[in-house]
Amino acid sequence: MPESILFWIMAPLAVLAALGMLLVKKAVHSALLLAWVMITLAFFYIAQGALFLGIVQVVVYTGAVMMLFLFILMLVGVDASDSLTETIRGLRPIAITAALGFGGLMVSLIGRASLGREPIGLETANAAGNVQGLAQLLFSTYVWPFEVVSALLITAALGAMVLAHHQREVARPTQRELSEQRFRSGSLATAAGLPGPGVFARHNAVDVPALLPDGSPAPASISETLRTRGDMIDSSQFQLDQINTEVVEEK
Amino acid sequence: MNPTNYLYVSALLFTIGAIGVVMRRNAIVVFMCIELMLNAANLSFVTFARINGNLDGQVVAFFTMVVAACEVVVGLAIIVTIYRSRRSASVDDASLLKR
Repeated sequence: MPESILFWIMAPLAVLAALGMLLVKKAVHSALLLAWVMITLAFFYIAQGALFLGIVQVVVYTGAVMMLFLFILMLVGVDASDSLTETIRGLRPIAITAALGFGGLMVSLIGRASLGREPIGLETANAAGNVQGLAQLLFSTYVWPFEVVSALLITAALGAMVLAHHQREVARPTQRELSEQRFRSGSLATAAGLPGPGVFARHNAVDVPALLPDGSPAPASISETLRTRGDMIDSSQFQLDQINTEVVEEK
Repeated sequence: MNPTNYLYVSALLFTIGAIGVVMRRNAIVVFMCIELMLNAANLSFVTFARINGNLDGQVVAFFTMVVAACEVVVGLAIIVTIYRSRRSASVDDASLLKR
């Protein structure tokens, strides 16, 4: 009975989260919903006597794989939201019809198929413990697939390294070349380097632009990233004339 | 409870994943939908292991997890490589062979 309560609470949540994955715009939200679906599946595994797989599901899928997905999302840009407009005309109705057909076929198949006996359950198979039972199988019947899969893992790791390896096409400019380029680029305005943030202002945080001698802020003193993100703070509130310069004599 | 209910959930999740693969344009989301399909298949394996009363289905689900992990690693590396050269993770933009 507890299993059916768990099932009827978790299964609709899993299906809803999976549907949400299709409908949300941002890839990060999709990733979080998928993580929830995977956690639900871990519950289902444990409820069905697959204790080891349930733990592995949490560790490998929600832990490692989803972390990798989020990591790549951060690399590629979190704001890269997906446009949900269809680019191939007529794709959406065809896809939904095909999916409904496939889903209906599966569901009616499961509904009509019968083994002609009651489900056995894992009580005898798990008698010595789920992990022990799995280990017994893994290192006897399935030892050859196990070895092949380990070779596959190593190949995948190597392949990822080869794919992600980036070779510089031009040599990195040396300090001398950079210096010469700075002096020979026409203007000498930045030959001595760009001003640092917060110079001549009462505040030297990296997002407060330096003040020029006439009191106007110098945007060049802020990192390009902060500038494009719009994270520049108005430095006028930190100007020197705002300070109370009155000297109070201490008695 | 009848374990067949898990098979229905598995079929639904697999179908939803398949729709996602066809309809979404962001390569990473497409990839996540493939993961959803693999997970749905795993749920079927575990359920059938329970119905048949032996652990072979669980071993196969375990292998599926390992293969899925390899697939994610290589696939994401490919996505990063494509993104590096095209500044886009949309599957519509990677259509050089067509033109």
